[in-house]
Amino acid sequence: MKLPYYPGCTLKANAKHFEDSAQKALEKLDYQLEEMKDWVCCGTVFSMTSDDLMLQLSSIRNLLRAEKQDLKELVTLCSMCYNTLKQSKDFVEGDLDNLEKVNNFMYMEEAEYKGQVEIYHLLTLLRDRIKFETVKAEVTNPLKGLKVGAYYGCLLVRPQKFAIDDFEAPTIMEDLVESLGAEAIDFQFKLECCGAYQTITKKNISVKRAYEILDSAQRVGCDAIITSCPLCAYNLDFLQKEIEKEYVDFQTIPIFYFTELMAVALGVGWNGEWTKKHDVDPEPILIEKNLI
Amino acid sequence: MKRIGVFICHCGVNIADTVDVELLTEKLADYPGIAHIENYMFMCSDPGQNLIKDAVKTHKLDSVVVAACSPTLHESTFQNAIAEVDVNKYQLEIGNIREQCSWVHSNKEEGTRKAELIIKTAVEKAKLNQSLDPVSAPLTKRVLIIGGGIAGIQAALDIADGGYEVVLVEKKPSIGGHMIQLSETFPTLDCSQCILTPKMVQLGKHKNIKLYVNSEVEAIGGFMGNFKVTIKRQPQYVDPDKCTLCDDCTVACPVVVPSEYDEGLTYRKAIYVPFPQAIPASYTIDTENCLGFEPIACGECKKACLAEAIDYDKKEEIFIEDFGAVILATGFDLYPVENIPEYGYGKYLDVLNGLQFERILSATGPTGGKMLRPSDGKVPKEIVFIQCSGSRDPERHKPYCSKICCMYTLKHAKLYKHKVHDGQPYIFYIDIRSGGKRYEEFIQEGVSEDGIVYIRGKVAKIYKEGDKMIVHGMDTLTGHKVKIKADMVVLAQSIVPSEGSGKLFKTLKLGTDSNGFMSEAHPKLRPLESLQSGFYLAGAGQGPKDIPDAVSQASGAAAKVLALMSNDEVQHEPIIATVDENKCSGCSVCIGTCPYGARELNEDRIAAVNDILCEGCGACISACPSGASQQKNLTDDQIMKMINVIIN
Repeated sequence: MKLPYYPGCTLKANAKHFEDSAQKALEKLDYQLEEMKDWVCCGTVFSMTSDDLMLQLSSIRNLLRAEKQDLKELVTLCSMCYNTLKQSKDFVEGDLDNLEKVNNFMYMEEAEYKGQVEIYHLLTLLRDRIKFETVKAEVTNPLKGLKVGAYYGCLLVRPQKFAIDDFEAPTIMEDLVESLGAEAIDFQFKLECCGAYQTITKKNISVKRAYEILDSAQRVGCDAIITSCPLCAYNLDFLQKEIEKEYVDFQTIPIFYFTELMAVALGVGWNGEWTKKHDVDPEPILIEKNLI
Repeated sequence: MKRIGVFICHCGVNIADTVDVELLTEKLADYPGIAHIENYMFMCSDPGQNLIKDAVKTHKLDSVVVAACSPTLHESTFQNAIAEVDVNKYQLEIGNIREQCSWVHSNKEEGTRKAELIIKTAVEKAKLNQSLDPVSAPLTKRVLIIGGGIAGIQAALDIADGGYEVVLVEKKPSIGGHMIQLSETFPTLDCSQCILTPKMVQLGKHKNIKLYVNSEVEAIGGFMGNFKVTIKRQPQYVDPDKCTLCDDCTVACPVVVPSEYDEGLTYRKAIYVPFPQAIPASYTIDTENCLGFEPIACGECKKACLAEAIDYDKKEEIFIEDFGAVILATGFDLYPVENIPEYGYGKYLDVLNGLQFERILSATGPTGGKMLRPSDGKVPKEIVFIQCSGSRDPERHKPYCSKICCMYTLKHAKLYKHKVHDGQPYIFYIDIRSGGKRYEEFIQEGVSEDGIVYIRGKVAKIYKEGDKMIVHGMDTLTGHKVKIKADMVVLAQSIVPSEGSGKLFKTLKLGTDSNGFMSEAHPKLRPLESLQSGFYLAGAGQGPKDIPDAVSQASGAAAKVLALMSNDEVQHEPIIATVDENKCSGCSVCIGTCPYGARELNEDRIAAVNDILCEGCGACISACPSGASQQKNLTDDQIMKMINVIIN
């Protein structure tokens, strides 16, 4: 079955392994990600401006183009794209004034957005359409003995209106992890902010955030952390060398996209190219647990 | 032709400044139907009333129109005045020329013109007004009370002491409600059971009170003064007359389930006495968990009972009894903490709700009154209390203030401190609401003498690490995040209407607010009764309240009921709906429209009106497609004639 897919910029660059592992894992479940044509930036970079209309335009342009291509829905992997597209959809949905305002900027498209495209995050599709039981049944290489902490960050569950699960106590990623045969470990800071873009200008803030998050996960015994957000993945993974400098007791911990673990469990295997995209080497823990 | 007298009031300058009273008196003298007209400075004064009475006698008037202020003010004054001179009080009509005319206009010419029209419409209506008598019906002098908590107990005792028969229906196996679970009560710190159990004993032995436990109201018919109530009573498997309370059955019972009395902190058997001072003091079988109904599966208690008091074959009884009035004292429960997953209730044994903490504090509780935490039996050295847990949170939980939590949380912290002198209690709060006699002093003592630390802010989440509960919160006074490593957390959950009360209110067609609490007839002036006649409200089922408030309301409701019971008949206003049997097609539109259940198809397929139930709201009349339904003294004919005056 084909899933209309919106990749977003990072999945074509720094998070190429996110897309690759997702595609391979989904194929094992008989689903194919079919990339929509002519997509553009989801618009998230404008979230740093105060002009709320500017924030919507790029997203709506994507939704409009999807509509022109007769796509009823779009699946995203990146939490940031999911959140941005979903919020823009909500901005115009049922608000004719907003819809008209946004459509005034769409003259290049030779069409107007009607508000017909639904946005899904892959996690919700796995839960609601593909079903975790199906995933479980297809697992050929159960992640036995692997203790996984699921890190949500903010974008999957905030604001409440767009949360993919209970926004205070989500379990969707834990449920997925359990269906892959691993042990899901609940940890204290799974919903705390990773520091986000502060990593560019005030790195020390992000370093402190990342340390608190990783430390709280390690204290309860996590071997690895999963995420679905490239920015979280960057902060949690690439800042670990900074954390090591600041906090002498700190031990590194590998950060995976949830799709990478899916790929391993569903028998896709591990791809050496993926390793290159990580900073903390993810292979040793997989080898230790006899998973690759 | 009726002889109508018109009396126009100046109301000092209130009316006379804007309405030319003298001109109107002159102009309307010849209006058809008006037999006499005059004006006076203050018609409501004694001389004014006498003027009307004299005119009635002199001019042989059989109907009176008073053009003055709003009927909500002096209608009854003038009704009583004409009744004194033998004119039926429903022959009085008020023309409101003050609130609806002089007060809202400044131009005297226009005001006078409008007042003229108002008086004319009142005269047209008066021409067709009928003499009416109040509706009356016999009264059953028995009272039903639903709910056996402190409110129900108090109301039952008051009414029974007044000499009337009371039936108290309680769905649980004993009366006592939540109050029997409490340790001490604020602000006096007297033992809750010590003050409640004497009342329970008194109730159990009262000659005018019949108690049905394990029972529920299934249906209700009839009307105020004459209710027919269907009661379902669970079978009494243990015959209290034979039972010697030896406890052999409990020892023999193999089924162990969480105890309701101890809020799940201890366990009980499937055959049990709910708590030592239970009324009635008899064993009860929890049918949901007992295995004995399958004789092959069990039967241990029956075997153990030497008195042969146990009989599994008893059947539930459903019976109908008659009552004149009903008091609803359905009480409260705590908002399920499971709805606030970030607080980890159910996941962490040391996160408790307020009632569980009461049990730990209580001398009859699971720890015998020792301050020990459930997970490992250690003495908690630091406790975090969280107020407004689910309250004052319109987005996710309950929008209202649960009213009693500020006080009982402070009480909790204080009692904890009395047991653990080196312990530290922290209380997260939004505001402290301590309105009540000696309440504020109680709070201040807690802070100054017991060293209780108040932190203004909410808790974001609770997480367990090792044997500590890590409480993440915010101190909104300093703007800093707070992290407390606590040994135990107590949540002051919102007060919500008791489980199952919503279903009961639906059965009784009783109004509730958006949070499911019973609605009172008027929030200020009729707080003890429902809009549905014959139903009275008491206790936390009407809104969160503490013990003194619940008791006051219960006694108030009881006084209302006693006043009702002192009559021989029930009476109410006769301005109600009637039906023209020749026009009614039995379409039943009115039946669905009536909020009081007063319309009903009779054997001739006519939608008859139950005079006692009808409150005269007029809903059925506007809904009736054939005009068969008419309001007495407010018929379509009268309204059309009034409109005609205005448009011609």
